[in-house]
Amino acid sequence: MSPEQEGVNGKAPSPSFLEWFGELGAFVAKLVTSTFTRPFHFRELLQQMHEVGTRSLPLVLLAGASTGIVLSLQTRESLVRFGAKSLLPVIIVMTILKESGPIITALVVCGRIGAGIGAQLGSMKVTEQIDAIEASGVNAFRLLAVTRILACVLMLPLLTIMADASGIFVGWIANTLVEHVSLASFIKEGFKGVTFMDFLPSTFRTAIFGFIIGLVGCFQGMRTKGGTEGVARSATSAVVISSLFVIVADVGLVRLIQLLSRP
Amino acid sequence: MTSPALGGEAIRIADLYTAFGSQKVLDGVNLSVAKGETLVVLGRSGTGKSVLLRHLIGLQLPDSGSIQVLGEEITSLSGQPLYDMRKKVGFVFQNAALYDSLSVVENVEFPLGHLTPMTPAQRRERAMEILAQVGMEEAASKMPADISGGMKKRVGLARALALQPEMMLYDEPTAGLDPITSGEISDLILKLQEEHSLSSIVVTHDMRSAKAISNRVAMLDDGKIVYDGSFEALQDSENPFVSLFVQKGGG
Repeated sequence: MSPEQEGVNGKAPSPSFLEWFGELGAFVAKLVTSTFTRPFHFRELLQQMHEVGTRSLPLVLLAGASTGIVLSLQTRESLVRFGAKSLLPVIIVMTILKESGPIITALVVCGRIGAGIGAQLGSMKVTEQIDAIEASGVNAFRLLAVTRILACVLMLPLLTIMADASGIFVGWIANTLVEHVSLASFIKEGFKGVTFMDFLPSTFRTAIFGFIIGLVGCFQGMRTKGGTEGVARSATSAVVISSLFVIVADVGLVRLIQLLSRP
Repeated sequence: MTSPALGGEAIRIADLYTAFGSQKVLDGVNLSVAKGETLVVLGRSGTGKSVLLRHLIGLQLPDSGSIQVLGEEITSLSGQPLYDMRKKVGFVFQNAALYDSLSVVENVEFPLGHLTPMTPAQRRERAMEILAQVGMEEAASKMPADISGGMKKRVGLARALALQPEMMLYDEPTAGLDPITSGEISDLILKLQEEHSLSSIVVTHDMRSAKAISNRVAMLDDGKIVYDGSFEALQDSENPFVSLFVQKGGG
C-alpha cells in the first residue's frame, strides 16, 4: 500500500513490537522525503510553533523556576556542610545549563505537546478528517505531521533557553533570600569558567528531543483506531513513549557530547 | 430522474477484489459510470459500499483489479499525480468529516486555500457562493459542533464542490437524518447534479433517496454486484436479496 493510501480501513490487528518499529521507520522515511519537497505549509508551521512554543512557555518557565529553587535549597545545604558554599552559583548554573534545563523542558513538552498532538491527530483520524484532507487533494502528512514535528524541533531549544534563564534567576532569588548576594555577582560567579561548549551542545540536543516528541505524537495520532478509546490510547502512548525515548536519548547524547567535547 | 446526455465513461471498475484478513469485502466487482450519470449503489450496512467508494480516490487500494477514474488508472497512481486526480473528485463523507477547529466557511475555504492561488477575499467570496448554493450562507461563521447533522451534510457537500470537481462521490448522504431533511438533501444533490453536470456515485441504503436521484442503480451483496439496472426494474428482479431489499426498503 502506498503512503498516500495507508491506514484507512481500521480492520488490521494490532501490530507487534517489531511491526511497530517497522511502521515507525516507514513514517520517518516518509517524513524525510516530505520535509524537503514542496509544497511547504509555512502558515501551519507558524501556528504550530505558536502552539508548541508560546503556549508552552508559562509551563516551561514554571518548571525551570521550580528546578532553580530546589537546586538552590538542596545544594546549599550540602555545600555548607563541606565548606564549599562559594561554589553554589556555578553549581546551579552548570547543572541547569547542562542537564536540568534541557531534560525538564523536554519532559514538560512531552506531557503537554505529545499528548496534544496524539489526541488531536487521533481525533482527526477517527472522525475521518485526515481522510477528508487527503480526499480534497492535500497531502495530510505534510500538512499535519511535518509542520508539527518541525515546530517541536525548532521550539525546544528556545524553550530550553527560557527554562535555563528562569531556573538560574529563581535559583538566585532562593539563594539571596537566605544570604544576600547581588544578581550581578551571582551571574558573574555562576558563569565563571562556563564555555559555549557547556551551553550549546546541551541546549541544542533538545532539538532531538523535540524531534522525538513530535514524531511519536504524530505517529501515534495518525495510526489511531477505535473511536474515543483509541484517541485516549494514542494520547497516553504518545506521552509515555516519547518520555521514555527522550530519557534514553538523553543518556546517549550526554555521553556523545562528552566524547566530542573532549580535548 | 431522466437520463442525462452521456458521453463516454467517467468510471470503470473491473474485477475488483479486496479482503480484510480472511474477510472478503469486494469479491469481483465490475461497474461503470457514464459521464454525467448518477449511479446509486445500494446494499446492506457493512457490505463494502463505503470501501468501494474509498477505492475510487485511492484512499484504499484493492488486492487486485482495475479502477479507471476519468481515464486514469487510480491503482497505479501515487504521490502528486494521485493528489492531482483527487482534486477532480468531490467526496462527501458519511459523517461529513468537517474540520472541527475551523468554522463552516473556513471548511469550504480549506481546499481553495491550499490548492488554488486565490486571495483570501476571493476564497471567501467563492466559499460564500457555494454555501449559498447549499442554503448554508447564514451559518457561515458557525463552528461544526454548533450545527445539526443535516447542516453538516450540506457543508460537507459545499466543501466537496469547492474545487469544481468533475465527479462527486457521496457516502451515505442521507444516513441518520429524518425523512424531511433526508428528502431535502436528496433534492439538493439532484439540483447540484443538474447545475454542474457531474458524474456521481451515491452509496446509500435509503431507497427513497435512490429513487429520487439515480439514473441507474447497482446493488452490492456479499461483495458482489447482484443487480445493475434502472431503479424501476429493481421491483422485477428475481434475485432473492434484491427482492427482500426492495420489499423492506419500501421501494
